[in-house]
Amino acid sequence: MTKSKSGTLRDLLPALPLAALFLVGFVLPLTVLGALSFFQSPEFTELGFDQYRRFADDGLAFSILADTLLIGAEVATLSLCLAYPLGLVYLAAGPRLRTILTFLIMLPLLTSTVVRTFAWIVILGREGIVNSIMQALGIWDQPARLIYTWGGLILALTQIQLPLMALPLINSLIRLDPTLPKAAEGLGASRVRVFFTVILPLTRPGAVAGWLLVFAAASTAFITQSLIGGGRIILMPLYIYQQAVGEQAWPFAAALSLIFTAAVIAVVVAVDRLGKDRTAARTARLKAEAAPAASADAGIAAMVSLKPEQADIGRPNA
Amino acid sequence: MPSTLADRLFSAVVRLVAALTGLLLLTPTLVVLVVSFTGGSSLKFPPPSWSIRWYVELFASAEIIDPALFSLKLALLATLVSTTLGTAAALGIARSRGWPARLLDALFMSPMVLPAMAFSLSLLVVLNALGLRLSLGTLVVGHAIICVPYVIRMVGAAVQQLDPALAKCSFGLGASHFYTLRRITLPLISRGIIASGLVAFLSSFDNVPVSLFLADARTEVLPIKLWAILEGSLDVRVAAVSGVVVVATLVGLIVVERIAGFGPGLRSR
Repeated sequence: MTKSKSGTLRDLLPALPLAALFLVGFVLPLTVLGALSFFQSPEFTELGFDQYRRFADDGLAFSILADTLLIGAEVATLSLCLAYPLGLVYLAAGPRLRTILTFLIMLPLLTSTVVRTFAWIVILGREGIVNSIMQALGIWDQPARLIYTWGGLILALTQIQLPLMALPLINSLIRLDPTLPKAAEGLGASRVRVFFTVILPLTRPGAVAGWLLVFAAASTAFITQSLIGGGRIILMPLYIYQQAVGEQAWPFAAALSLIFTAAVIAVVVAVDRLGKDRTAARTARLKAEAAPAASADAGIAAMVSLKPEQADIGRPNA
Repeated sequence: MPSTLADRLFSAVVRLVAALTGLLLLTPTLVVLVVSFTGGSSLKFPPPSWSIRWYVELFASAEIIDPALFSLKLALLATLVSTTLGTAAALGIARSRGWPARLLDALFMSPMVLPAMAFSLSLLVVLNALGLRLSLGTLVVGHAIICVPYVIRMVGAAVQQLDPALAKCSFGLGASHFYTLRRITLPLISRGIIASGLVAFLSSFDNVPVSLFLADARTEVLPIKLWAILEGSLDVRVAAVSGVVVVATLVGLIVVERIAGFGPGLRSR
């Protein structure tokens, strides 16, 4: 299609109202937030890098950031390890089991975050299911503290964010040419070898997309982090909230927000690139087929591919 | 071909992990539903006795019903704003191929990558700087922006599936742009719009960070009210709310599935 530049811009006219809303409600606030982070609190008069210096000097803030990224990575990796077996079973399943699996995977997406988190409090609490079972079996004499622990938080976040991993991964698995694993098996490769040398490399784009979605969601999951962490585990979103609302230290909260955002995006872009380099051609083909947003920015493209893939997983059962 | 021991072991491990994962996905929702029918006053599992007292109590508690109604209103408004503006934008972006379209697409998608806490703080900061008061309007703007990426992506996907020849035929037969939009394009992408509306509604109804910063002292939204209750004491009414929300979501989903078909906006016509 050859179009003059004015034609292109005229086509974009319907996007103008939303662009205006974003300019006022998104671009402007973030710009102001950026500017605010260069003020010295509390006078708001002098400019400087004090907030960033404070972050660099403050060992606590730095370790909170590291913990937050670590929990995102751990949850995403655990999700990946759980989603592959689920995906393989889905791939081998008949239509009935596929419908059930789709429902199971969508279920956590459809209940609100507070509800899902609340469920984990019921399960992990002092009188919770795990403690009741372990005590009834006589394995534990007294209730163990499961909630407010790192492990409990990882488990809860994994269940809550797992759909974001399973959907893109299953989409990749469905698109895999079924003759390839069969050919490898026919040539005498063991199932383990088929998985690691054929299936895993060919479904890497889906795995990377899912890993990134879970990473971003888990590291920014304010409600789950603060309720399951119970104030004992402080991660970045809660820390920003405490600084902004509790301490009224807006410039420092602004700097923390920007540092946190930059760190999350840096991980997303780096991992996305890692996924692409190895299988650049395959990724490009998949994206051309699957994601209408293939042109968008690297990290965003990964975020985005969620929706078309959700659609695909629904399709076989439709 | 006979499978070796290693092969069978691998398959067994895969099935076991898959079964455990399925259980992991299901258990929490099930637990909430079961616990909400407890006759006791704690969240002990399994419940010592059964009753619907917590549902009765829930509907008598204005302190929970009022935030729930406010959240419904807010989510409806945010959905209306984000789907209307988002659909228009998605149509515009789909028609144009140049870099301005790509730039706008990236801009509209970016609330998804940005930590919600950072965005919410920035809105509060700018409202403060401009001397604007917190109101329902500012809340709706914040929520709508959070919802926009879903609309852009899902409606965009529906538009991509649209055969461009249809619009050309319509023009060829003398129809105006507006008539074509009203009679051809919008009906064909309506499933995508409805499905994206549902997702937008759910994500607004569920949103905490934006409301946390932008709700004034008098307004309370449901998730924050529940959060406050949970931080204080483990109130069984929260289980009842959860039961209502889960059932309402499933009903809404079935209704949308009936009207629009599932597979958000992508199932072919």
